[in-house]
Amino acid sequence: MSFRIARLLLLAAALALAGCEKSVTTEHQEVSGELVVRIGASAPLTGPQAHIGKDNESGTRMAIDDANAKGIIIGGRKVRFELVSEDDQADPKTATIVAQKLVDNKVSGVIGHLNSGTTIPASRIYNDNGVAQISPSATAVAYTAQGYRTAFRVMANDAQQGRVLGEYAAKNLGAKKIAVIDDQTGYGQGLADEFIKSAQSNGARIVAHEYTNDRAYDFTAVLTAVKGKQPDLLFYAGMDPQAGPMAKQLKALGLKLKFMMGDGGYTPQFIKLAGDAAEGAYASLPGVPLDKMPGGKEFEARFVAKYQPIQLYAPYCYDAVNVMIAAMQKADSVEPAKYLPALAGITHDGVTARIQFDEKGDLKGGAITMYQVKDGKWQPLETLGAIAPAAH
Amino acid sequence: MEIFFQQIINGLVQGSVYALVALGYTMVYGILGLINFAHGEVVMVGAMLALSSLTALLGLGVPPLLAFPLSMAIAMAGCMALGYSIERVAYRPLRHAPRLAPLITAIGISIVLQNLAMMIWGREYHSFPQLIANETHSIGGAIISDIQIAIFVAALFIMAGLLVVVHRTRLGRAMRAVSENQHAAQLMGVDINRVISVTFMLGSGLAAVAGLMVSANYGLAHYYMGFLLGLKAFTAAVLGGIGNLRGAMLGGLLLGLIESLGAGYIGDLTGGFMGSNYQDVFAFFVLIAVLVFRPSGLLGERIAERA
Amino acid sequence: MPNAPKHLKYWLLLAALLLLPFVTDGLLGRGWVRIVDFAMLYIMLALGLNIVVGFAGLLDLGYIAFFAVGAYCYALAGSPHLAIAFPMLFPEGVHLSLWLILPFAALLAGGLGVLLGAPTLRLRGDYLAIVTLGFGEIIRIFLNNLNAPVNLTNGPQGISRIDPVSIADMQLSTTQQIFGIELPAVHMYFYLFLAFTALAIFASQRLEKSRTGRAWMAIREDEIAASAMGINTRNLKLLAFAMGAMFGGASGALFAGFQGFVSPESFSLMESIMVLCMVVLGGMGNIAGVILGGVLLAILPEVLRHGAVPLQQALFGKTIVDPESLRMLLFGAALIAMMLYRPAGLLPSRVRRRELDTDEVAEKA
Repeated sequence: MSFRIARLLLLAAALALAGCEKSVTTEHQEVSGELVVRIGASAPLTGPQAHIGKDNESGTRMAIDDANAKGIIIGGRKVRFELVSEDDQADPKTATIVAQKLVDNKVSGVIGHLNSGTTIPASRIYNDNGVAQISPSATAVAYTAQGYRTAFRVMANDAQQGRVLGEYAAKNLGAKKIAVIDDQTGYGQGLADEFIKSAQSNGARIVAHEYTNDRAYDFTAVLTAVKGKQPDLLFYAGMDPQAGPMAKQLKALGLKLKFMMGDGGYTPQFIKLAGDAAEGAYASLPGVPLDKMPGGKEFEARFVAKYQPIQLYAPYCYDAVNVMIAAMQKADSVEPAKYLPALAGITHDGVTARIQFDEKGDLKGGAITMYQVKDGKWQPLETLGAIAPAAH
Repeated sequence: MEIFFQQIINGLVQGSVYALVALGYTMVYGILGLINFAHGEVVMVGAMLALSSLTALLGLGVPPLLAFPLSMAIAMAGCMALGYSIERVAYRPLRHAPRLAPLITAIGISIVLQNLAMMIWGREYHSFPQLIANETHSIGGAIISDIQIAIFVAALFIMAGLLVVVHRTRLGRAMRAVSENQHAAQLMGVDINRVISVTFMLGSGLAAVAGLMVSANYGLAHYYMGFLLGLKAFTAAVLGGIGNLRGAMLGGLLLGLIESLGAGYIGDLTGGFMGSNYQDVFAFFVLIAVLVFRPSGLLGERIAERA
Repeated sequence: MPNAPKHLKYWLLLAALLLLPFVTDGLLGRGWVRIVDFAMLYIMLALGLNIVVGFAGLLDLGYIAFFAVGAYCYALAGSPHLAIAFPMLFPEGVHLSLWLILPFAALLAGGLGVLLGAPTLRLRGDYLAIVTLGFGEIIRIFLNNLNAPVNLTNGPQGISRIDPVSIADMQLSTTQQIFGIELPAVHMYFYLFLAFTALAIFASQRLEKSRTGRAWMAIREDEIAASAMGINTRNLKLLAFAMGAMFGGASGALFAGFQGFVSPESFSLMESIMVLCMVVLGGMGNIAGVILGGVLLAILPEVLRHGAVPLQQALFGKTIVDPESLRMLLFGAALIAMMLYRPAGLLPSRVRRRELDTDEVAEKA
């Protein structure tokens, strides 16, 4: 028996070695005088969130293609950027494997991950290896609270967004009795907690806090429970695949109230899934509306032509890459150790906002725009707490 | 009171969906003693096929009232073929293998179907077209829609139909014989391969109906929708006594009710300490409690000790 | 000296294992060392589940819950997190060493194993499967929600900044110099996990050959006959749950230290199913088979991650199918193919093989 184990372990070891091709380890290889710089990207490309993950990948890819078309010179050499995209399956464990793989591939920086649950464990590996990480969409406060100088994000965190949303619900929309449903994910729970705090401090009463999960599609039970409390506003902290059917079921159950979401609901898919019931729903999105930003409209047109309608975070990925490249240009180096200080102090006018980081790596100021569905389309209402974009 | 009625209706509708899927689980289990873990994915494929054919038919200008039954027929045919192939590829070669071997192939099939569906239908959520005006009715203040009534009635009819098939037809007698003792059935001239194939096809056809119902009621279809639904239906089948058709129906409806009443009233029952976040905990506690007192489910027979 | 060649083999094996992280690192990159580390954790889990499923024949679909309990034990006792819930009691959080927590985590998981076992003693086969599945989900849901009223687990946000494992004064998270050899963090964790895996293998082997192990197998084969022979089936079933759970709890604590972050997403039902697949695929009840199953299933998805694009390039000259969907597709297909090829597992246990030869196990009585 033991003897067989011995053989087996040898076999296993051999398998581990032989089963795959050698990963590339040469640093910044040169192709015809060009400096090749790898940018890593990671998001779930399989599983229930795959559609949003793919959107992230496309946003990142477009920024990299743009940069290559521009012919950027860093350190006196023409630079060609190369995307290394990996699927983290929205799983924390896979995320660390992916992070290590990206580090092995000598990426100069990483755009990712999509979820807070994957961004946080991966950030430890990027930090240990001194690789810059910009998350386009992780909103958990804990991500930048770890004290890593490699961790940045180009998205308002839960505290920033929840505060604005709670205030908007209680003050601008005049809600007195509010019901909250969260999807029990890191994102939903974090946002719901901040929203509740803010709404309460602005004089609203939370009459119900119900829960669902990120795979559910039947919400009739929790919505009926909410109906019994007769709120005048329902806030859902979660993503569009749930928000869409929820809006539909709200209407079917005859609840007459204002329906509000965070950035997870601001997608064309929400409108598609909710149908008529989408009309009048509110959602927030960090940043300034694309068509109000210099280059925003043009970005959207090009993105749609090249890939598909923007799902959610593609513009943030686009900005994340550009801000990273801008920092490289400023520091005149593609080495993270050299360009990280430049990144921390950068001012970059992106398509979502003017990007500046505070000492933790969070977005400074954090403009947040409220949108409402009117005539089957998301229309911007107003932008709150913004730094005015430069070109306006 | 109006809220309580509404929760009962919510539970019955959700429960009917569980019951429809659970019937498929239970049929296969009854005849082979095997958990068909891929059943949830067959439901998903049914929904996707129905959606694709419906879109195509409507695009060809077929009137909605004709397109709907046609797409249902296409989905059922597709799922039956799928069910037949799954049994041939993944289960039949393992009929005499250790009991857990088919469980692994079932999981494999489930992963393959999910990813194939992702390749074919894409990663995004599809919205299901609303064909006819979905009128809502008010019963004592509680609201129910046409589709919901249809789901409930369909589940009852299908169960009744299956009972007739199993207890009144030649095929049903053969099914019961195979489920009692494969060898003896074979000696009596029953073509067990054919009976098992037909059982799988029946179960898969039901899965297609369930998939279509879910999609039409909730207005969406996605390649990942089968997994959780399959799991819930499996729980329902066990709760009612797996292998028993009436048990699947009862278990499905009960699970739906437990979930909706749980989500609605846990908060009040525990004084706000727990809420709808503990809905599944509540459901599983009920399940465990039932099984502690009735180890073979509510309607399951006390099966002989198996090796 | 009849034993000489055998001993030689052991020394060679040991040398190969000690060199493994360096060879892997050199040939494939450090990411692969991390993958091998995870494979070790999975082997420990699979060995634990093998006690329950393989030895005692109790189908458990909620095994990952014990892993979760172990992971959260160390996460709470080795991070600043408890400072949030009890600022008066632990202003800095609790920072106990893993070596103190490990036995506690194993014992706590073992206790939960008994708790799970108690109501399920009368259940068999699939009824047992669904109850254990429910148990796994219950634990996960509690971990996901115990951030209120007192923030114990930090809910779905998970607990970050968990202290890395340290041996004496040496922190395993940083690169260390030992005898002039540079040892990066993933290498050190490899050796740590290797030691624990060896311990788990040793314990499994002793258990298998012990009186208890034989009693478990008797229960697996025929519970009524076993109890007629005077075996206390109740206590032994509970013991199987407890022992299996202890393996899970211990590896969970190691996982938390390695990862530095735990959240309920890591302990989903799919993980339980994966560990069960490892046990069944490798060969239930056979320790060597279980190890092979663990290694294969932990590494295969990653091999496919690297292989999906080159494979298509070689076959069609271009990337036709999105590599990510192809990867999981191939993984599912591999599960089916391996099971069809070796229905009793890749390396079936001898006892099980005997069973297969004599009659159809699958058949109902």
